[in-house]
Amino acid sequence: MKHIRTIINKEWSEVFKNRWVISTMTMLPLLFTALPLVMLSMTGGSTMSAEISAESSGLPAGVVASCAGLSAVDCTQIYLLNQFMLIFMMMPLMIPTTIAAYSIVGEKTTRSLEPLLATPITTIELLAGKGLAAVIPGVLISYAAFGVFILGSLLLKLSPAVFSHIISPTWLLGVLVLGPILSVIATIFATYVSSRASDPRVAEQLSSMVILPLMLVMFAVLAGKLVINIWFMLIAIVFCAVVAFGMLHLGTVIFDRENILTKWK
Amino acid sequence: MRNMIKTQGLTKIFKIGKKQETELVAVDDLSLEVERGEVFGFLGPNGAGKTTTVRMLTGLIRPSSGSAQIAGFELGKNDTEIRRNVGILTESPGMYERLSAEKNLTIFANLYDVPDIDKAVNKYLSMLGLWERRHDAVGSFSKGMRQKLVVARALIHEPQILFLDEPTTGLDPEASKTVRDFVEELKTEGRTIFMTTHNLDEAERLCDRVGIFQQKLLTQDSPANLREKMYGRRVVFHLRELQPAWVDLVSSIPGTGSVEAVDNKLVVSLKDPDESNPEIVRTLVAAGADVQFVGEIRHSLEQVYLEMVKGSERVQQ
Ligand SMILES: Nc1ncnc2c1ncn2[C@@H]1O[C@H](COP(=O)(O)OP(=O)(O)OP(=O)(O)O)[C@@H](O)[C@H]1O
Ligand SMILES: [Mg+2]
Repeated sequence: MKHIRTIINKEWSEVFKNRWVISTMTMLPLLFTALPLVMLSMTGGSTMSAEISAESSGLPAGVVASCAGLSAVDCTQIYLLNQFMLIFMMMPLMIPTTIAAYSIVGEKTTRSLEPLLATPITTIELLAGKGLAAVIPGVLISYAAFGVFILGSLLLKLSPAVFSHIISPTWLLGVLVLGPILSVIATIFATYVSSRASDPRVAEQLSSMVILPLMLVMFAVLAGKLVINIWFMLIAIVFCAVVAFGMLHLGTVIFDRENILTKWK
Repeated sequence: MRNMIKTQGLTKIFKIGKKQETELVAVDDLSLEVERGEVFGFLGPNGAGKTTTVRMLTGLIRPSSGSAQIAGFELGKNDTEIRRNVGILTESPGMYERLSAEKNLTIFANLYDVPDIDKAVNKYLSMLGLWERRHDAVGSFSKGMRQKLVVARALIHEPQILFLDEPTTGLDPEASKTVRDFVEELKTEGRTIFMTTHNLDEAERLCDRVGIFQQKLLTQDSPANLREKMYGRRVVFHLRELQPAWVDLVSSIPGTGSVEAVDNKLVVSLKDPDESNPEIVRTLVAAGADVQFVGEIRHSLEQVYLEMVKGSERVQQ
């Protein structure tokens, strides 16, 4: 544990001196929290209080069908909220990706890996330290952003139907459980990509491809082809957890000491 | 335990090429022993496999075959124990540039499970004259200061065995001297040191024994013995004038090996110059020679080295 703590501490003192990493870590949550709040407040004050109908709202038919008994405003807001939830999943994906890319590529360019590998630290401890150093900020920041979002929603005085949507089990599972799992996947993926790249920006951009599946889901939701309900969320959690464990296992097999030393260049 | 480093048939074969189809033998059947307190110099040209050897002996890469015991621990079985007992100055020793000297050392002291971290860090910072600069980012350090810091990093856990991979390459004479003096000090503390170097003067001055290595261990011994083994002892007799007949005359004296005439000089290989020199001088004087000067030819370790390495290249082709 002490070794892992040392690595995390080292990563944070190094990586947090990097301006790009810091700006990603601050701008992303600011933007991703402010944007949903602004959009909610813009839709809130409108006069569409009548019963929803497909023609009047311009929403996809699938969405309208799921809005039985809700006002047009509520339905529109819930429709938007479903996109925002996906945005909250992006933070735990993108922040660890940036940190991992800079941490791994940085270690390679300064040639500090070999002395590190010569210490009694185990490879698992090293990878765990580096991984946690990337995952923890991603998770904490997205939790904090979600907290701010909830507070903001309270201030906006949303209708009870809409607000209960935000703190529904689907949302909470998504942000609190699926988010961290996704950030583990993103970190392992970024570590693997970065171990082959020599430029942190390139590593970061390539690693960002990990958000593509999430984008697909987002488009499906936008097009009304997919409504995210609790079942979808539970299946996604199980599926991603399996993927994460598989990648973790694969990582410990691929990244032995000799491999880290000679192939990470 | 007498031998701190012991290897038997240590071999490393790299698979290279796009499909890993070509085999490159970097280290071939290396067997050697280094005693406690000994400074062993590992000499060889670029690409000889020195760094590969150091990496194998410090548990960084796995040997393809063969075995080794480091500080009494079996390589491949007790690697964590080996790492605790071994310090390494790697060939291109990177530091965390944005972090301070103190922080860099503290990180490694932690990873090496040093019991009193502050004490160890402060000891080396002041010993190497870096105390005043301890809070500065390493990125702002000169090459010499960095080298001191990486030496300190290699020693922070007080290892019994120290591996130094080209510790003075790229340093100016003064910084090189600092490092060399430090190695001598470590030697007096009884630590075992395995160093690779291209600097043969340095090897001659610091090392109790050297191994000349190019893929295989070509030879190993003390620098003085190596010189003698290869060239015997040779004495040069400077004469005012040289008559060709004197070559045969000197050859006939018991105890002399080859005799060569070079300008006005006779170069004679001798088993025991102390015994033979007076006899040779007497014989030459009796034959009418004016002996101006008698001296021993000192071969440098460099000559031995170049000869060995050239010889091994010829064998390989
Ligand atoms: N990871 C690796 N993969 C493939 N080949 C390697 C690897 N490491 C070293 N080699 C090869 O092994 C041989 C020995 O290399 P090594 O670095 O051990 O030489 P060296 O004696 O340290 O040379 P130098 O004096 O230049 O530092 C070289 O031909 C090198 O190309
Ligand atoms: Mg080398």
